[in-house]
Amino acid sequence: MAIRVITEKCVGCKLCIPTCAQGAITYVDKKAVIDVIKCNYCGACIDACKKFKAILIEIDRKVSDQDLSLYKGVWVYAEQRNGEIASVVYELLNEGRKLAEQLGEELSAVLLGDGVTCQAEDLIQHGADNVYVVDNPKLKDFQDDSYAMAMAELCEEYKPNIVLTGATAIGRSFIPKVAVMLETGLTADCTQLGIDDYTKLLLQTRPAFGGNLMATITCTNFRPQMSTVRHKVFKKAAKDVSRKGKIFTKVFADDLLKSRTKLIEFVKEMESTVNLSEADIIVSGGRGLGEAKNFALVRELAELINGAVGASRAAVDAGWIPYSHQVGQTGKTVCPKLYIACGISGSIQHMAGMQSSETIIAINKDPNAPIFEIATYGIVGDLFEVIPAMISAIKNR
Amino acid sequence: MNIVVSIKQVPGTTKVAINPATNTLIRAGVEAIINPFDMYAIEEAIRLREKFGGKVTCITMGPPQAEEALKSAIAMGADDGILISDRAFAGSDTLATSYTLAMGIKKLGQFDVILTGKQAMDGDTAQVGPGIAQWLNIPFIAWVKKIEDVKKDAKTIRVERMMDDGYEVLEGPLPILLSVVKEINEPRTESLRGKMKAKNFKATVFSAKDIEADPDFIGLRGSPTIVNRVFVPVRSGKKELVEGATVEEKVGKVVASLRESKLVN
Repeated sequence: MAIRVITEKCVGCKLCIPTCAQGAITYVDKKAVIDVIKCNYCGACIDACKKFKAILIEIDRKVSDQDLSLYKGVWVYAEQRNGEIASVVYELLNEGRKLAEQLGEELSAVLLGDGVTCQAEDLIQHGADNVYVVDNPKLKDFQDDSYAMAMAELCEEYKPNIVLTGATAIGRSFIPKVAVMLETGLTADCTQLGIDDYTKLLLQTRPAFGGNLMATITCTNFRPQMSTVRHKVFKKAAKDVSRKGKIFTKVFADDLLKSRTKLIEFVKEMESTVNLSEADIIVSGGRGLGEAKNFALVRELAELINGAVGASRAAVDAGWIPYSHQVGQTGKTVCPKLYIACGISGSIQHMAGMQSSETIIAINKDPNAPIFEIATYGIVGDLFEVIPAMISAIKNR
Repeated sequence: MNIVVSIKQVPGTTKVAINPATNTLIRAGVEAIINPFDMYAIEEAIRLREKFGGKVTCITMGPPQAEEALKSAIAMGADDGILISDRAFAGSDTLATSYTLAMGIKKLGQFDVILTGKQAMDGDTAQVGPGIAQWLNIPFIAWVKKIEDVKKDAKTIRVERMMDDGYEVLEGPLPILLSVVKEINEPRTESLRGKMKAKNFKATVFSAKDIEADPDFIGLRGSPTIVNRVFVPVRSGKKELVEGATVEEKVGKVVASLRESKLVN
């Protein structure tokens, strides 16, 4: 593996320098110089130098001993808790359907749990051609060991081409273990998926650096190609009760599904009446609220429009609201249809967690607050006047 | 109790900004820091040692300058630091990184708990922690917000795992790998004594050969994922402030468009 600048071809245009996320390129004697210690071989500079072709990368990659042509089909992990299918699953079925059709392959869902077989038809009606079910009392509670083992075994046996999982607390916990078991690549928290026309590879696009950069990633030489996918980025699949599909019930030995960790109890947090990551509407409060009791205003607006309550780090750190409400890189990444930021100035970390929301309303006293940069509607004003006005405008129609 | 903390050195993201003229990432003068999420892991490790005795060893994979991150960890109160560094590791994705860290931890020998931050601030994947656990074949619990209890003799641990709608209390055997979230503690600042110790600290460096890494599993060669394109996202915001003489007028306009797009009734 090597990267170098062909000095004869480099015209010293400096176009490559800002594209380097590692800051590895400097300008010395009117030529680009790459610091190979800092370089992570991402190839961004090569893209920037298409015109002059002055940067050359030679990559030595491990070749797979898998017969890649055996791997067929798009799989969606049908996450469930207490028998309830997570909403992201329907989004994945919709997107997975498109990918499967582009590839001319089938779409399948994987259902793991205890007493969950009854959900299989629902997955078929939402677009799955096949459902692989492992229904076993050992899978009653989500545990990394047992779920990862079941998933990896199914992949070994049926050899899917693509495996999509929601980027949820559960998905992001156990799928990385599955990828290691299968020794294949996994791309985290994707916000765009596509199929390359020529190579037929899955193009997995995800934010990095807190959303300031996007990267498109492929898993070229290994199968399955695995991604976790962010909530709310894709539309839900429509239900068609006439759809037919096949259900494959797999029986695994209890021994295979044993878990080293065990669940003692689940504690539902009272404040989280609406699940933040799955909410269509979120009203968030920040430092501008001034004190804890003023969160009542945010709650009132949220309740009125069926939204969940979010918060900035500043509000959580001040102890006004529990951490489970924190939106941002340190808290939860959300992608609702409507996000209302009240008294939140918009730190990079906060915006990283909500900037992919469809519609953003920002309410802030300071017209220069960074949050206005990403807002669909920016309202400059005192939130103690704006929120009550909004509440009454919504009530009086 | 032997506690290993897997940490990462990342660019201090507060200074990462987009140049609106060229639409590129401004990285000038970016200082390197310990991944903020790993600070909670280091703090929790020190607290475990204060309670149960033992040793806190921080381990990191990175270029030679990543030693600075280990020094900061020593200044906070860690006992030792290991730097896994070799040109052969360059270009590692999460599969190769978790393999390399697992091999480094294996070389360290006995451990009871491995702690990591929930994810790194730059890559945001949250995949390396569970990856290390799988390579080492030890149990893993993500999103830990509290360590309730450790039974040293029975070699078990009880923790709280944050879920999307609450938390779960889980019990598991030692050794175990836990990824921790911010709620778990408030990281301490560097002490004067720690700073003195850090000043003279030299990290033990492990090379690819030292950890007996299989060349097929490290660096770019051992990385199944390939970054094809890196680009700056287009911002969806219109950057337009709603005009209006009064608050009611501004709010009225916004609520009308929300009604139009059926976001509110």
